[in-house]
Amino acid sequence: MAAVTSLGETPIAPPARRPRGMQARRRRRLNAFRYVVFTVFGLFFILPLLAMARFSLEGATLGSWSLSGWRQIASYQNTGIPPLLSAIEITLELAVITCVVTLVLLVPTMIWIRLRVQWLARTVEFLCLLPLTIPAIVLVVGLGPIYNRIQHYSLSALMLFWVYVILALPYAYRALAAGLSAIDVTTLAEAARSLGASWFSVIVRVIAPNMWQAILNALLLTAALVLGEFTIAYLLLYTNLQEELYAISRNTPNASVVFSTSTAALLFAFALLLILSYVGRRRRGRG
Amino acid sequence: MAVATTTKTGARPSRSGRRPSVPAWVGTVPFFAYVAVFLLLPTGIVVVDALKNPNGSWAFSNISELGNPLVRGYFIGSLKLCLLSSVSGAVFGAILAYAVASGNPDGVVRRLYISASGVLAQFGGVTLAFAFLVLIGPVGLLFHASWYYDFPWGIGLIYTYFQIPLMVLVFLPAIDGLKVQWREASENLGSSAWQYWRYVGGPLLAPAFLGATLLLFANALSAFATIQAWENQIAYIVPQQISTALSSEVGLSNVNVADLLALGMVILVAIVMTGYALLQRRAARWLR
Repeated sequence: MAAVTSLGETPIAPPARRPRGMQARRRRRLNAFRYVVFTVFGLFFILPLLAMARFSLEGATLGSWSLSGWRQIASYQNTGIPPLLSAIEITLELAVITCVVTLVLLVPTMIWIRLRVQWLARTVEFLCLLPLTIPAIVLVVGLGPIYNRIQHYSLSALMLFWVYVILALPYAYRALAAGLSAIDVTTLAEAARSLGASWFSVIVRVIAPNMWQAILNALLLTAALVLGEFTIAYLLLYTNLQEELYAISRNTPNASVVFSTSTAALLFAFALLLILSYVGRRRRGRG
Repeated sequence: MAVATTTKTGARPSRSGRRPSVPAWVGTVPFFAYVAVFLLLPTGIVVVDALKNPNGSWAFSNISELGNPLVRGYFIGSLKLCLLSSVSGAVFGAILAYAVASGNPDGVVRRLYISASGVLAQFGGVTLAFAFLVLIGPVGLLFHASWYYDFPWGIGLIYTYFQIPLMVLVFLPAIDGLKVQWREASENLGSSAWQYWRYVGGPLLAPAFLGATLLLFANALSAFATIQAWENQIAYIVPQQISTALSSEVGLSNVNVADLLALGMVILVAIVMTGYALLQRRAARWLR
């Protein structure tokens, strides 16, 4: 019982207390169970990360310590594959472009649908969540002909952003939908319109600033997704960070630079997502 | 200008008469155009090409190639891996979710585990395979697991690393939805903890649990990066074979292999996700 009472879901008066001894025993047992579970799962989740961090600090011989793996990030180059730094640059640029395009595509559309074309809301939601159910690998197969066409105009790996926007849609959509439902869009829009604002300023200067936390959430999720993407880049023969790491590890297994870059990329992604969970919590706390 | 629009409400189309009014749905055209070109068109291409011969004529008999023993092998491999990782991920994830839910709802532990789950559920791919390689691979720091390269056990363990956090995220709301009164009512009627879970809690959570398991299944089904970085010499599962088929046109000679396999995956995912949606609806009946 102690297990569930602490959830605090119900507003009704607390039930009559059970005999003290029994509750204490159950609480002790439950706590023991929780600590064991937290320890075991905590180890399971933290050990692979620690192992990777340790390997990134490996010197020339097994068991030695050295920072060379981290120093090599800026200069590493292997025969037959592009330099590591260029792959990092491309990936960061891709993350920025994908974020911008996703927001420009989604924010005005979602606000507009909310205000003027409610009857399209279900369709848009369905389309936005669809990429969750179509595996990226399936998308790649169908994208082959389309990317053949794109490659007529540009061979740059930056062209990956076209499909990354699609991959980001579900996450960005859910973040933005949560933000939109938390504010009274119609009233804001009516107020702005009656003061003479154009639809453009209603969307850009009135509603969007009111949901900046949701927009930030969408941005962070999109960026994290782009940083970790491998499948599509690999199969369309582009080089992004993950593909580069994969290629290096094929050429030189156990190169410490692979692990230092992986660790750095992970820390970066973790930082992004932790900012996100902090921002999300603050919003819920206030609302 | 301000005067002209003050009488209009924001939610209505403003018919100020200055210009012919454009239907409101025109504003959504860029979005639909983008999605059509980069989501619907590729999916359509997969379906159409799967039903055509490489020379371009229709061949609905291609579908029967999904029963080809070679093709079936990859699907069986996918099913094995997905079953292993989704069932173990669901069971362990549910245990962890229960441990998290039974703590202080505003406590540090709960916040930490939820944030970490959100992060780790996204953390698949190449780097995850690297992390396990150096932990229990041939030069593993912890120990060298002789089964590290065994299919599906080695890769299954790696998959649970992102399946468990996903389960926590999906299943926690269901556990939180168990009402205190149900527990109290059954205790007042003299039930033991086992009886409570067997006759009240278990049946209430079952649809949510099964639904979450299906979601994990679909999640494992579409994963490719992790297994490719784990072992790229042998194709065990459908996505790997799609990758092989895309880079080298060998295999079933008269069929667009990659498209056919992709179509098979779409069908499988559609079945799984339909089941998920149905179970979610069932679960929502009690757990509000």
